[in-house]
Order: sequence, then C-alpha cells, then structure tokens
Amino acid sequence: MAEVAEQTKKAAKGSVVISAERCKGCGFCVEFCPPEVLELASEYNSKGYHTPILVKRELCTGCDICGMVCPDFAIYGYIMKKKSKEA
Amino acid sequence: MPEELYEIEANIPANPIEEYLRMDRMPHIWCPGCGIGTTVNCFVRALQTSGLDLDKVAVVSGIGCTGRVAGYMNLDSFHTTHGRAIPFATGLKLANPELKVVVYSGDGDLTAIGGNHFIHAARRNMDITVILINNMIYGMTGGQVAPTTPVGATASTTPHGNFEETFNLPFLAESCGAVYVARWTAHHVRHLTKSIKEALAKKGFSFIEILAPCPTLYSRRNKLGDGLDQMEFYRDHSQIKNGADTKSVAIDFQGDIVVGKFVDKERPTYLEAMNNHYQKKYGDRYVPSEEMRKVFHA
Ligand SMILES: Cc1ncc(C[n+]2csc(CCOP(=O)(O)OP(=O)(O)O)c2C)c(N)n1
Ligand code: SF4
Ligand code: SF4
Ligand code: SF4
Ligand SMILES: [Mg+2]
Repeated sequence: MAEVAEQTKKAAKGSVVISAERCKGCGFCVEFCPPEVLELASEYNSKGYHTPILVKRELCTGCDICGMVCPDFAIYGYIMKKKSKEA
Repeated sequence: MPEELYEIEANIPANPIEEYLRMDRMPHIWCPGCGIGTTVNCFVRALQTSGLDLDKVAVVSGIGCTGRVAGYMNLDSFHTTHGRAIPFATGLKLANPELKVVVYSGDGDLTAIGGNHFIHAARRNMDITVILINNMIYGMTGGQVAPTTPVGATASTTPHGNFEETFNLPFLAESCGAVYVARWTAHHVRHLTKSIKEALAKKGFSFIEILAPCPTLYSRRNKLGDGLDQMEFYRDHSQIKNGADTKSVAIDFQGDIVVGKFVDKERPTYLEAMNNHYQKKYGDRYVPSEEMRKVFHA
C-alpha cells in the first residue's frame, strides 16, 4: 500500500511516503507543506478522495510537517540517505 | 492513482506512527478534515522523544470522538464512561505511582459532565497530564452546545446562537491549581509536540487545551467551511503569547486566539503532599506502600 515518490536527479533532501488508500483528501498536507511540494491529484482513491502527489519533489526537505498535520496517518516525510552509500 | 508518478522503493523508513497505534483498528472513525488525528501525531512524536518507558505510560479517555484516542493507542489504555476519564486516571495513578497517566478527551467530556473531576484533580495537583481537544461542541452525539461553545456560535441545540458564557479553560485550570497550562491549535504541530513533551515531563496536574476543527458538526453549521478552512483560520488568527495572563485568553466566536504556554510552576503533587503530611504527623509509624516507596524513596 505504501508508495514512495521516485527520487529525482536533482538532489532532494527528503521525500514522502503516501498511503493513498488511507487518505481522506482534506488537503492539510498540501496547504501546510512549507516549500509547497504537494498537490491533490485529479484522480481519486477507491473511496473517492483526491490524494496528494509530489509536484515539486526536488524541493522536499523531509521535514515531516505533512506527516504531523495528516489526520489520517496517510503521509509522512523522511530525510533521504545518500543513495551511493547504500547497498 | 497516477501510477507513473510513483515508484515502489525498498529501504524507506516505516511510518513512525504505526507502532504507536493499533493498526488493526484503522481506518479510524474520524471525518475528513477532523483535527483529532493531527493531535495524535503530535502526541506520538512527543512520546517518541520523551524518553518515557512506554510500558509505564497509560492513556485514559472518556466518551466522544476524542474519546476514541485511548482505543487507538497501542499502549495500556482505557476507554471509560462519559466524563469519568479523570477519576479513572486518578485511581490508576494512586495505585501505580510509577505510571505516567495521560487523559486524552473532549471538551464536553472533560468540562461538562466531567467538569467537577477536572477542577478537583487540578486542585489536588494530581500527577496526570490532561490533553483536551476543544472542538467547541459535543461532536459524537450531533453537535450539541458545550460549555466551550463561543457566544454567538450555533450548535444543534442552540439554533438561534449560543448565549451562555463560555469557559476560558486555561483560566479555569490555573485558578484550580494546575502547574502547567498551555493552549495550542491543531495547526501548531511543532509547538504542540514540544508542549506535550513538557507536560509529560512535568510533575503534577499538567493541562493542554488544543483547538481542533470539527468540520462536520461545528464548522459546517456555522458556515465556516471545512477542516482546511478552520486550520487556515488558526494559522491566520492565532497570537503566540507565552506567559499571558490566563484571564485574558478567553475565546470569542471567530475572534483571535491566544496560544502559548501560560503557566509552568511547582507545587507539591497530591501524593507528595500526602506522604509529607503523614511523615510529619506519624514519623516512623507511617509506612508507605511498596509502590509509593519506589517513587518517593520514603
Ligand atoms: C452518561 C452519558 N451521557 C451522555 C452520553 C452521550 N454522549 C456521548 S459523547 C458525548 C459528548 C462528547 O463531547 P466531547 O467530549 O466534546 O467529544 P467530541 O465528540 O466533541 O470529541 C455525549 C453527551 C453518554 N455516552 N453517556
Ligand atoms: S516532508 Fe516537508 S517538504 Fe516534504 S512534502 Fe512533507 S511537508 Fe513538504
Ligand atoms: S493530510 Fe492526509 S488525509 Fe489530508 S490530503 Fe494529505 S494525505 Fe490525505
Ligand atoms: S463529528 Fe466532528 S469531532 Fe467527530 S470525527 Fe467528525 S469532525 Fe471529528
Ligand atoms: Mg467536543
């Protein structure tokens, strides 16, 4: 169920994991993300809610404000580890 | 979903909140845009950094939409009857002084039917943390007027507007003797998390009021939009005034909201006062229980 945004070539510091099926489309994450990384998709999840997508992924800092405001535990941000150092 | 925008990736951290929730109970009952879940995020993040032994943390709720929190937390928790979270928490603390007891409940539950318990727990400086979600009405039962409904706001039982004086909860808590008093809104996630962490570390009666949207029964009836509109209102109309005189922080219908930490002081807790008193009165003849000795090294 957890989907993660593809990492960009430009060095984003962070990313988010979105559990789209838990989302109720309230828009809190979109509105309160400091660098305005997210938007609500025009598509729906299976319950009929518009869920967030990353539109400016290179700006994501992994600050997790989205994770703190989300009342449905459907998104959270994390700071990415450097890819090259990983197996 | 627009699949092309996503890529499944191994090696990403798990949602930090999941181990703190009873995931078998998800999805929760809260409406889209309800602020209660937002406050739970802050509570969990405060717990994560609190250094508390989670086996010694208990969460107690009364009845209501907020009252569901106890049942969703993956901690020792108890969902009590309406208004009785504080007396249950008091018993828990007295029988197990080692526990960190947190009451998490609604404005109606804690200040209407449970109002008497609230004032006496604060008066006694009972060593518990009370987190009160103020959505300004009785949510679960249909949006009835509460002691926290602002004058002029409409509730299902006040279709022509509320004319009863509204509780100023930080003032109430301070007047009764609470040693830690703060107010935040669901918009202030960082401040709130820090404040919950402070309250958890505080000995004695600590109290945090959190204003949170109830889009379904409060905002809609008052033509205030949805949960997001209410969150934006909090963002645009809150003033942070740490140390403000609690007399000055009453809430008016759609007026500016004073938030911050208002009280942070020391006085003996109920159990400290009891121990001191009996030690003074009876000296060596006073033999505290083993549980009590663990905490007070008496
Ligand atoms: C003794 C008793 N009286 C009345 C009720 C009905 N009741 C259930 S929840 C509730 C009010 C809850 O309001 P609040 O504490 O503000 O919680 P919210 O739903 O707004 O989070 C009431 C009156 C009850 N369950 N038990
Ligand atoms: S982690 Fe921070 S920057 Fe990234 S989407 Fe969430 S709120 Fe925005
Ligand atoms: S805050 Fe959560 S529920 Fe609301 S739109 Fe974002 S992911 Fe969905
Ligand atoms: S009725 Fe109000 S308080 Fe209850 S879950 Fe819905 S929005 Fe939240
Ligand atoms: Mg309420």
